[in-house]
Amino acid sequence: MFARNLLLVLGLLPATLVAAPKVHEFTLDNGLRLVVQEDHRAPVVVSQVWYKVGSSYEHDGITGASHVLEHMMFKGTAKVPAGEFSRRIAELGGRDNAFTSRDYTAYFQTLERSLLETAFELEADRMRGLLLDPEEIAKEVRVVLEERRLRTDDNPQALTYERFNATAFLTSPVRNPVIGWMDDLEHLRLQDLEAWYRQWYAPNNATLVVVGDVEPAAVHALAQKHFGPLEPSPIVPPKPRPELTQQGPRRLTVRLPAEVPYLLLGYKVPALASAEPVAEAYALEVLAGILDGGRSARLARTLVRGSEIAASAGAGYSLHARLPELFLLDGTPANGHDVAALEQGLRDQIERLQQEPVSADELARVKAQVVASQVYERDSVFYQAMQIGILETVGLGWERLDEYVAGVNAVTPEQVQAVASKYLVDDGLTVAVLEPLPLAAAAAGGDGAAARPGGASGEKSDAN
Amino acid sequence: MPTDTLRVLRARIAALLLFVAGPLAAAPEIQEWTTGGGTRVLFIAADALPMVDVQVVFDAGSVRDGSAYGLAQLTSELLGAGAGTRDADAIAATFEGLGARFGHHAQRDQAVVSLRSLTDPALLDPAVELLATVLARPTFPADALERARGQMQVALQEEQQSPGSLASKAFFRALYDDHPYGNPANGTAQSLAALTRADVVAFYQRHYVARNALVAIVGDLDRAAAEALAERVTAGLAAGSPAPDLPPVPPLLVPISVHVDHPSAQTHVLVGQPGMRRGDPDYFALYLGNHAFGGSGLVSRLSQEIREQRGLAYSVSSYFMPLRQAGPFQMLLQTRNDQAAEALGLLTANLERFVAEGPTATELAFSRRSVSGGFPLNIDSNGKLIGYLAMIGFYRLPLDYLDRFIERVQAVDLAQVADALGRRVDPARMVTVTVGPRNPRGG
Repeated sequence: MFARNLLLVLGLLPATLVAAPKVHEFTLDNGLRLVVQEDHRAPVVVSQVWYKVGSSYEHDGITGASHVLEHMMFKGTAKVPAGEFSRRIAELGGRDNAFTSRDYTAYFQTLERSLLETAFELEADRMRGLLLDPEEIAKEVRVVLEERRLRTDDNPQALTYERFNATAFLTSPVRNPVIGWMDDLEHLRLQDLEAWYRQWYAPNNATLVVVGDVEPAAVHALAQKHFGPLEPSPIVPPKPRPELTQQGPRRLTVRLPAEVPYLLLGYKVPALASAEPVAEAYALEVLAGILDGGRSARLARTLVRGSEIAASAGAGYSLHARLPELFLLDGTPANGHDVAALEQGLRDQIERLQQEPVSADELARVKAQVVASQVYERDSVFYQAMQIGILETVGLGWERLDEYVAGVNAVTPEQVQAVASKYLVDDGLTVAVLEPLPLAAAAAGGDGAAARPGGASGEKSDAN
Repeated sequence: MPTDTLRVLRARIAALLLFVAGPLAAAPEIQEWTTGGGTRVLFIAADALPMVDVQVVFDAGSVRDGSAYGLAQLTSELLGAGAGTRDADAIAATFEGLGARFGHHAQRDQAVVSLRSLTDPALLDPAVELLATVLARPTFPADALERARGQMQVALQEEQQSPGSLASKAFFRALYDDHPYGNPANGTAQSLAALTRADVVAFYQRHYVARNALVAIVGDLDRAAAEALAERVTAGLAAGSPAPDLPPVPPLLVPISVHVDHPSAQTHVLVGQPGMRRGDPDYFALYLGNHAFGGSGLVSRLSQEIREQRGLAYSVSSYFMPLRQAGPFQMLLQTRNDQAAEALGLLTANLERFVAEGPTATELAFSRRSVSGGFPLNIDSNGKLIGYLAMIGFYRLPLDYLDRFIERVQAVDLAQVADALGRRVDPARMVTVTVGPRNPRGG
């Protein structure tokens, strides 16, 4: 009704409303990358150190090592005793934490702007000077085991996702959970962590991202002062370990004490880093928006409302992953419907995308949201720093942020149809179904830990 | 001209940090007025980004359910399901086509309807018009009600597989008994089955009215534009009257223990009692005391004792959740089942000691510095400012709340914290909830 007009209005927005914030980049002699974005709205600054290491760098037997190491990074150096890092930042009113994902391990502090140097001093110190103490490791592994129980083992949907993901991928390292397999965590050794730290924690494997009320040249000088003296290391990039071509659909059932059935569908797709041509990646991004870009998108309109088969349904695509991941669909059936009906409903939506081009109105809505989001995202210095950090760390480069709106805006209905036909096909499909077992019987059975199958994390990111 | 409030605040905060004891500026950056229909409006102008946030907050949370548990949530959910001549599809398509974000949810005290939009009039005007229609002319279609009822029933089932949700629900019930804060906000299987369209319409007509509402606005508008926006958003609301005062929360007379059987690998432990109101005279003393005890992440005493020294939990913390009446004080952790008794013992012993002795001078000084130093981070975005505005407005906190925040934090001394803890936290009368396969106290 009005969408076509709006598209015209919105088409003008990026140029007229939002001057893209200027990004300054530097590389120190030791290889450390520094990316600074000024944002003078408030007297605050966020500082993030991103290392190119995460669960997709790990191999069998040490899964979860990147995340445990992230926890251990708060356990002290020769200069800064265990726990002192967070205490000093907190005393200044700062926030600090860290997160680990498949493709990165990142540490951040948010501070009043004049306090940036403290963050640099502490981060530079632990980049090369971490002390790994066996007793501290043993204690922290216990903390991580609790984290795993909390996030995954006691969460039926997360546990289902973990098993699903390990089934969808046979050879790609993205098959392993970020938090690691329970047994690997229990057998993690001091030597594993020491080797992992030596292998990846060096200035030439890190990107320092600073966004906020700062002056780029001053930040550069400060970075030079604290990070400049650090020695680089020879960094050997991880082996490619590509996923084998999938040659037919896979299907698994996960039976757990639970109340609500759950369905996951995943199709093998390229990410922006591997898409040929890159327009395919933006078409998949738009396709995700067509299905799940709000309450007017197809899954909400046709499955939650409409046929009312689903109590909830979603779709997701990891545009900025380092390695190819899955195009995901998931959902819970509405009462009175079963998982089979929900699966058929989701597959009907895929088929429709393959058989007919999406409407101009739908495409306009997806694009309108993308354009507006570019402004909304600038309300958060932290989010802006995250975006830069992710793109730098997966090897795309922050400049690719600038192409996002143009990339999405250029997508045509025919391209959406083409990627649906090419990638959302049975040969690359994995389906998982959570079949609930009675909760009461399991509880009465006594030891819940023993009643559980070995344990496991759907989380893509685990905060410290 | 719109003023850049963040910059004003920034100058003021810089001054405060340097001269904490010095004279404090008191220029009002929060503007306040009342619409023609009788709705209070709070506004902060922020011109750095071409966007605006609007929240319309009604005293229409689950405390207003009566015995119709889930009614406030159901009514809130149905606001997007039909309005004027539009159905749910058209409402969603209109907002999303404008790049606007429309949200609505009900909490314990309040029901919030929110809009975030770009300020370009071609986008903002139709978004505001639709928001006004949604508020003033909801149609509550019968089929949407059945769908929402079904979704709430599935959510109740999902709660049964989440030990954290089970623990929280049992905690509120034990803590508040038949006070409205004890009501199951998301309903029960029985209450959901009994809710009717007439219930929803009556709830809407009573609570979604001009004199029971607050409008908060943050964004790139001048005063005249903000006034016009507030008028348009509330134009169709009936005048109505404010909801009646909530009864005070009765004190807990005896300790209560509740165990919920669940086949989880961890036991979830919650310990607490009724805490404090928004605007409570002890707010800053209790806030700072709790900051040292369990409110400052890994640095807090509880984290040090339970996570850092013993590795017993990933997450352990305590907090006060101030509400219109006394919201809970709560300590919580999750730990492997065979460690639950030990962890619960540590929570209790640490609380007893903290209440008896208060924080050390070092701890309190640390917390004062940490909380005041972190204040600029609390207000560094429109998203955070709109949250403060809605809170200040809904709970009728003084409009200089942000101006005087650091000063109040700095003024808290050891004697005040010890005194407040002694009067307000009684370790001998706690609600203790455990959720896990067996009762860690031997049940």
